[in-house]
Amino acid sequence: MTAEKPLTLAEKVWRDHVVAPGEEKDGQRSPDLLYIDLHLVHEVTSPQAFEGLRLAGRPVRRPDLTIATEDHNTPTLEINKPIADPVSKKQVDTLRANAEEFGVRIHSLGDDDQGIVHVVGPQLGLTQPGMTVVCGDSHTSTHGAFGALAMGIGTSEVEHVLATQTLPLKPFKTMAITVDGTLKPGVSSKDIILAVIAKIGTGGGQGYVLEYRGEAIRQLSMEARMTICNMSIEAGARAGMIAPDETTFEFVKGRPHAPQGEDWDAAVEYWKSLGTDEGAEFDVEVILDADELEPFVTWGTNPGQGVSLNDAVPAPGDFTDEVDRDSAERALTYMDLEPGTPMKDIRVDTVFLGSCTNSRMEDLRAAADIIRGRDKDPDIRMIVVPGSQRVRLQAEAEGLDQVFKDFGAEWRFAGCSMCLGMNPDQLAPGERCASTSNRNFEGRQGKGGRTHLVSPVVAAATAIRGTLSAPSDILNPAPVPA
Amino acid sequence: MEPITTHTGVGVPLRQSNVDTDQIIPAVYLKRITKTGFDDALFSSWRKNPDFVLNQPEYQHGTVLVAGPDFGTGSSREHAVWALKDYGFRAVIASRFADIFYGNSAKQGLLTAKVAQTDVELIWKELENTPGAEVTVDLESRTVRCGSVDTTFEIDNYTRWRLMEGLDDISLTLKEESSIREFEASRLPFKPKTLPARI
Ligand code: SF4
Repeated sequence: MTAEKPLTLAEKVWRDHVVAPGEEKDGQRSPDLLYIDLHLVHEVTSPQAFEGLRLAGRPVRRPDLTIATEDHNTPTLEINKPIADPVSKKQVDTLRANAEEFGVRIHSLGDDDQGIVHVVGPQLGLTQPGMTVVCGDSHTSTHGAFGALAMGIGTSEVEHVLATQTLPLKPFKTMAITVDGTLKPGVSSKDIILAVIAKIGTGGGQGYVLEYRGEAIRQLSMEARMTICNMSIEAGARAGMIAPDETTFEFVKGRPHAPQGEDWDAAVEYWKSLGTDEGAEFDVEVILDADELEPFVTWGTNPGQGVSLNDAVPAPGDFTDEVDRDSAERALTYMDLEPGTPMKDIRVDTVFLGSCTNSRMEDLRAAADIIRGRDKDPDIRMIVVPGSQRVRLQAEAEGLDQVFKDFGAEWRFAGCSMCLGMNPDQLAPGERCASTSNRNFEGRQGKGGRTHLVSPVVAAATAIRGTLSAPSDILNPAPVPA
Repeated sequence: MEPITTHTGVGVPLRQSNVDTDQIIPAVYLKRITKTGFDDALFSSWRKNPDFVLNQPEYQHGTVLVAGPDFGTGSSREHAVWALKDYGFRAVIASRFADIFYGNSAKQGLLTAKVAQTDVELIWKELENTPGAEVTVDLESRTVRCGSVDTTFEIDNYTRWRLMEGLDDISLTLKEESSIREFEASRLPFKPKTLPARI
């Protein structure tokens, strides 16, 4: 008997979900039909999909594998009032009506389980290792932190999954990203992923599923792992994954939808079998050393345009590739930055702590630890938006809301908020923001707004000093809170 | 979906890389609940600039967009494809596309042709030297032609077949109903369900 071919994590999850394999023809293979274990739905990318079902007279095949929440359009202030913008309101109302009509569970604004879709799934224990997870949202890659194969899809695919609970997919190539060593204090998983994207480029992951591994990754909490997998899409990858381990099991255990009793034991046994086999081959391998990483920050208008916070704004001439040079030139104009300016000299107007990348308890705690007992730069506006209502409630139970308020930051209700400014939380034209979100695209946080992507601790340090800053720049030790 | 075999129309040179879907259609336009009526939204920020290529009379009726690498990155919004189609675009040519955008285009019958960046450069020159020149994207022969440029593009057989036949994915999948049922019967029993809610 020949030994079975060693497989990667992604290949195993794929293998376990094939409903109908693709066919080989003319040396090419048609897509495999894969089963989808969990479908997350929000108001922006679903109305046209439900409408499609209605027109075709189709039901939602598995409402029991589908869950909806409201996040993109929802206000983060005065949530008990009707949504002011009539177009946003209509979209949210449409989701509610569709959920009702098709029997889909929904967590609406005001509900304790409302929040950003990628915070809610893991929090309820619905995201588990070895699953296939999809959502009409590119940051679905977040759920890969559990060792799930999780992908963002378009609205046609949303309709397809609602109707069939499957998706035709072409196999991906695999890329291993090994992060050795240990992170220095003040350096976080956000810095790892920004450094990875700067290294492989915004198109570097196209066609790949990334698997993050190595000592530094193993040391990370689930929340920190979610931050990394979340931004896999910013490297162009469809998905990012991390093999499940004790940290993963510990996180899932006891959550509302976690397996219980004998099911739990069976689940853990299965989950343990999912890690990449010894000798499995990746199409590409990338290695990074965590010991050398410094806090990272973007200077441009795509997430690959980043440097260490200790560096300066690059000049277009620093780039050998013509396309990169053009894009740098454009970005510098948009960002209104002079080449050679030390990153730490850049003054910002707004600090945004939130988004599905960095709005979980650990992010809020880390930021609160930096600002506790210190003063905010008086000219800075800081907005703190927890990822979900549960996170908000937990933070309040820990007194973090008070820390933020004492500091002079605004403490908001849960949602996407200024990550993309579909609700009133937006940058004004020309405003500059240090943001813990994931996209620094032109106008992403408001028309004409300028975004620097940073980690929560860099966001906090920046709010104190007014210029982009590392936690280590906060020299005077704060008084120890009583 | 309408079957497509070939398209010829005015080419629009968009000399820019990393055109993300936030630029193709900013988030404010995503609040609509329809699949059409997005023509005003396409590149809405850039269109405010009188120098933007779509504001040049020669290119205003363009149907083939020729862009730099990594077109369609970022958000998964299919609205980007709807907006391009509503404006009148039938094909996009670039050396690299973001995966989700590429998939969304195929679902909506927007042709996406991956050609080498050197050929993109040649087409750009052709279109800039002769504004209003036409580009042909031929799915049957997998070729892109524009003036003196005649090059091939990659597309997998399955996507090409679906586009040429105008097939709808959901109907195709529903033919596998019995395999789906079979798979469901053997799913691991501990996989979570959203219903009934356990909170
Ligand atoms: S927080 Fe931002 S990136 Fe995350 S789902 Fe919301 S809009 Fe998308």
